[in-house]
Amino acid sequence: MTAKAPQDTRVVVGMSGGVDSSVAAYLLKEQGYDVIGIFMKNWDDTDENGVCTATDDYEDVIRVCNQIGIPYYAVNFEKQYWDKVFTYFLEEYKAGRTPNPDVMCNKEIKFKAFLEHALSLGADYLATGHYAQVAHAENGETKMLRGKDNNKDQTYFLNQLNQDQLSKVMFPIGHMEKKRVREIALEAGLATATKKDSTGICFIGERNFKEFLGQYLPAQPGSMETLDGVKKGSHDGLMYYTIGQRQGLGIGGAGDPWFVIGKDLDKNILYVGQNINHDALFSDSLSAVNLSFTSDTAPTGTLKCTAKFRYRQADVGVTVDFKGDEAIVTFDEPVRAITPGQAVVFYDGKECLGGGTIDRVFKNGARLEYVG
Amino acid sequence: MKQIYLDHAATSPMHPEVAEVFSQALGTVYGNPSSIHGTGRVARKALDEARRIFAGSINANDPEIVFTSGGTEADNFAIFGTAAKKAGKHIITSTIEHHAVLHACEKLESEGYDVTYLPVDENGSVQAEDVKNALRDDTILVTIMLGNNEVGTVQPIAEIGELLKDTDVVFHTDAVQAYGVLPIDVEALHVDLLSVSAHKLNGPKGIGFLYQRKGTQLAPLLYGGEQERKRRAGTENVPAIMAFAKAVQISLETMDQKQTAYQGYKEIFKNILREEGVEFKENGTNQMPHVLNLSLPGIEIESFLVNLDLAGISASSGSACTAGSIDPSHVLVAMYGERAEELRNSIRFSFGIGLSEEQITEAAQKTAQISKRLALK
Repeated sequence: MTAKAPQDTRVVVGMSGGVDSSVAAYLLKEQGYDVIGIFMKNWDDTDENGVCTATDDYEDVIRVCNQIGIPYYAVNFEKQYWDKVFTYFLEEYKAGRTPNPDVMCNKEIKFKAFLEHALSLGADYLATGHYAQVAHAENGETKMLRGKDNNKDQTYFLNQLNQDQLSKVMFPIGHMEKKRVREIALEAGLATATKKDSTGICFIGERNFKEFLGQYLPAQPGSMETLDGVKKGSHDGLMYYTIGQRQGLGIGGAGDPWFVIGKDLDKNILYVGQNINHDALFSDSLSAVNLSFTSDTAPTGTLKCTAKFRYRQADVGVTVDFKGDEAIVTFDEPVRAITPGQAVVFYDGKECLGGGTIDRVFKNGARLEYVG
Repeated sequence: MKQIYLDHAATSPMHPEVAEVFSQALGTVYGNPSSIHGTGRVARKALDEARRIFAGSINANDPEIVFTSGGTEADNFAIFGTAAKKAGKHIITSTIEHHAVLHACEKLESEGYDVTYLPVDENGSVQAEDVKNALRDDTILVTIMLGNNEVGTVQPIAEIGELLKDTDVVFHTDAVQAYGVLPIDVEALHVDLLSVSAHKLNGPKGIGFLYQRKGTQLAPLLYGGEQERKRRAGTENVPAIMAFAKAVQISLETMDQKQTAYQGYKEIFKNILREEGVEFKENGTNQMPHVLNLSLPGIEIESFLVNLDLAGISASSGSACTAGSIDPSHVLVAMYGERAEELRNSIRFSFGIGLSEEQITEAAQKTAQISKRLALK
């Protein structure tokens, strides 16, 4: 497949209407590829006037594609997104965890349903505006490398991609700094050159997270206490809080600020502690499930590598012991606010090896039952 | 790549002779038909001649033709114009109307009107009997389309007209898709109002007319000058009207041969699919000759349409949502229900001028190839 000339290589670019995917499409077109831009509609957000807010983004896709000179289309994955991503998202919150829908969206929608759609259009590759890189190793395997812009690297969200998916993927802006991406967009006069980056979870957008979640899950207010049982206030529902969170607790008074340090789902208690480095926030190992590796040959036994436990966090040295479908990840030094439901992602230098979902958290060999 | 345009029901290319009339008129017939000077009279004369052609094309009288900006305005004018003039709060329409009718009816519903949306059978046909049964003492308007734009089914308009002709109920038909393809006689159909648009029959975009039977009262949508006997304010788009008239003349002259040609295209298309072993079903019966709506089991329409486009064939399905993805066709929903597989695998090919049997053959072969490739997945 790699032997094909660019003009004979069809690449479908997943376009969101943002600057990153706009530049990804632009660069591929400049390189001579047979490029097609496709907008994915994953969420029905039709408002009371019957207007879907995805319209503005699609309008941007149209403008950019016409500027670049490539055909553009849209595809609807609302049903798949609901079944595979949103349902999981709600289940995880119900279980008191903090899910990462972007990881699931990449695994099930962008690089599965959408990839299949692209292939059905005769595409050789699917390209996206992610800050990540692929490298083709001598043994024929495709490796996933961190994006060059360390601040933007998105391999954390791509950790569940397997070899089959990676072999059909291009990340045209992964070798660039975000600043350079904007510059290219400006130089090319792309309509999205100065568009603000989107933030937050895609289907929630700019809306209030609490309000949004409350529409789908019943909230059960309860007590907010220290680990010693001192009542500090009340919470609006455990699902609204995540481990290590400071904002929105409403505990006043003198001294250090307060943080979420745990949840007791059975008693519906939110545990809080004072000081950003409260002892209860630290752990030394975790267990991970839903393991996935970029290589067809999954590691076994014991692996020394580095890991990230949340997006944009610095890597931590770890030792990973694989035990069946589970992995025990032991940290070189204690780590703050490990959050069940989030991804643990493994790296060997620049290479992202894969990852899993954080299930349980341990300290000194004992499970932190209020954390996970 | 040369495109094969099989979406003439969406809009059609301007006929070269129409374009000639249009461009000539743009440079020469610039007067205001309401002006009292010679330049104005030139425009007025052209307007009157065009009006005569339109009236003649549907067996109407000249004053019964009101120019509009197109089919949507004609439909809105018929519906809102009737509602504003008649006492009574009940309107009868069907579930397969164009959105220009459906959304206008929904607007009236939100203002307190009672709207009956008649169902259709599996062939996409309204039953005259259902219209009869839905009639009430306070029914003011029945609006049913002549030929459906998506599946091409021709509705029993004459039968419904017969039913309504001795009542006070105003009968409107949206003939946008049928005009120029089927012969239309407003007397035989017993309609009071009939909407038409130029761009569906190789005329310019932005022009159409509403036939308004003498004696049928309508409140105007627009207020301003006294054009169109105060029924439609605004200076007439004379060059577009002249071009539209030319398009109508050509359509009437070539109607028989077009019908024969398009029926032939349908047969060629279907025969090739059969030869290639592609399973398909035709949606709708009693169809207009230029619309071929096929259900192709095993395909996903979003991928199918893009594949066709990439192969140089323009076709369509349902209506695109504003965010580009395809919403299920309300017409197919009405015919088959909300869960039917036809909603996900149906495609409309529509024929018009400038096509050849070779192009139809090529399009059918590519359709077969793509269909077989996608059905394998």
